[in-house]
Amino acid sequence: MATAGTVGIAFLVLPLLGLLVHAPWHRWPGLVTTPAARQALLLSVECSFGALGFAVVTGVPLAWLLARCDFPGKSLLRALVTVPLVLPPVVGGVALLLAFGNNGLIPLHLAYTTWGAIAAEAFVAMPFLVLAVEGALAGMDARFEDVAATLGAGPLATFRRVTLPLLAPGLAAGAALAWARALGEFGATITFAGNLPGSTQTLPLYIYLELQSDPDAAVALSLLLLAVSVLLLVALGRRRLLSGARVSAAVTPA
Amino acid sequence: MTAVLTVDLHVRRGAFHLQARLQAAAGETLALVGPNGSGKSTLLRALAGLQPATGTLTVDGADTNSLPAHERAVGWVPQEGALFPHLNARDNVAFGIGGRRGQRVARELLAELGLLELAERRPAQLSGGQAQKVALARALARRPRLLLLDEPLAALDVAARAEVRRALRARLSSYDGVTLLVTHDPVDILTLATRVVALENGSVVQDAPAGEVARAPRSPWLAELMGSNAFAGRLRGHAVLIEGGGSVTAAEVTGAPPDGVAALAVVPAHAVTVHREEPDSSARNTWPVVVRDLVATGGRVRLRCDGAPPVLAEVTPEAVADLRLADGAQVWASVKATEVTVVLL
Repeated sequence: MATAGTVGIAFLVLPLLGLLVHAPWHRWPGLVTTPAARQALLLSVECSFGALGFAVVTGVPLAWLLARCDFPGKSLLRALVTVPLVLPPVVGGVALLLAFGNNGLIPLHLAYTTWGAIAAEAFVAMPFLVLAVEGALAGMDARFEDVAATLGAGPLATFRRVTLPLLAPGLAAGAALAWARALGEFGATITFAGNLPGSTQTLPLYIYLELQSDPDAAVALSLLLLAVSVLLLVALGRRRLLSGARVSAAVTPA
Repeated sequence: MTAVLTVDLHVRRGAFHLQARLQAAAGETLALVGPNGSGKSTLLRALAGLQPATGTLTVDGADTNSLPAHERAVGWVPQEGALFPHLNARDNVAFGIGGRRGQRVARELLAELGLLELAERRPAQLSGGQAQKVALARALARRPRLLLLDEPLAALDVAARAEVRRALRARLSSYDGVTLLVTHDPVDILTLATRVVALENGSVVQDAPAGEVARAPRSPWLAELMGSNAFAGRLRGHAVLIEGGGSVTAAEVTGAPPDGVAALAVVPAHAVTVHREEPDSSARNTWPVVVRDLVATGGRVRLRCDGAPPVLAEVTPEAVADLRLADGAQVWASVKATEVTVVLL
């Protein structure tokens, strides 16, 4: 058992170590601030926060429906919500093309646009938020909302004054996971939005390209993303992140 | 009397069916009692508008059953208070009013309850008794016409219970609405309530002043709650022939009911004496029983005994020691006929 466990730890830690060892430390500031890198970085920030915003605005009400309402087909809906967690991102991208592409079911002409990159990231990131918020809602004593009603608060006031504040830790954890997932999104983005510098080439796509032409730049930018992940874990507290979001174990590769 | 509250409500939830009918006048406090699952909390939730119910519910003559919870003048204190954990005590109390006026009302109510110095504290920093009092203040802040208290003292230790009970008494005596108080404690019934409404299996089995419920409970569960035995059976002469075996004879039966009517023979637990040998009875009722368990209550010991009929006896610790009473002890129970009250059902 101990041997197998040690192999497991080594397997998880060595790649990170490799990144640190091979990092071109002295050239790092220059490599991550080239105009092309900055463009990709800026686009990544825009797209990931755009995806997070969409996930929050639509995902919180969806989580509320799943946690607080009873309706036929609820378990099916919950299963559908979790599909993007286990779906290969490339398949997600193909599905988005068929749904919202130029010849899609609803031709929103999102394909190969920045909006498409945001949509791709939101598609894979939203389940993290929905499941975290639903878990937080399910763990919340529904009597708080009942008491608010007896004190004259209508459904909207109750949601704003009681549900949302009590939900804050779970929402924060879910949002952090969803944002991290959106920031690292690769497969769905490149399939649905393409790889156009300045409009759909986010940092992960740029890193992948640079690995073939300038490996040092790729490593430097990878380190940047690693640092962001570590900072996120530290900021939220690892325990809270894991307890707030039941889905953290189900992180899929981008 | 003009009724503030008129209830004739039906709730159907799966196999459970609640059918509650009652009235209450201004200033009344009804103790709502009953075994677990009898529908007490369901009734409170239906009155508060948190549980859909059919039938009629009027408060001050106005139909209320068709209103959503947030439009009813009903104050609800759930078990353990359920204070909003993200708000301090004052903001909890002010929640239903808001603004400057809410803050003022909250300070006044907290001051009346002696909690003003705790106004800034979050619920997690309050003791159970303090939290209950804050929850009471929160429910009273909007001056509801109907106040629903779900076991407000159940989760408290003895000292906190006495303190909250005192606060409740003070508040309820000056409250001109109707209070429904769910409780399992005879002391609450005797000290806080003007009337007892007993629910069993979703129906009201008794609606009477506390004294009458203690003297003549209309179900075995109620009798045990009030520290009595109630043997259900059929009347023959002055005796009740008990379902499941045995009989208990009373010295007198008021009225002249015919034989065969359903009746309860009520015997206070403290009126049951226990003997090692079969007593030469001046007592008219004597039968062999086996002690099943012993529970200390205050300065007395309650014995649950199996037999025909099974009986609850309350004896002194000295008697337990002298008679070497323990689980499984074979003893004789006896009750004087003058201690038996016959309640016709």
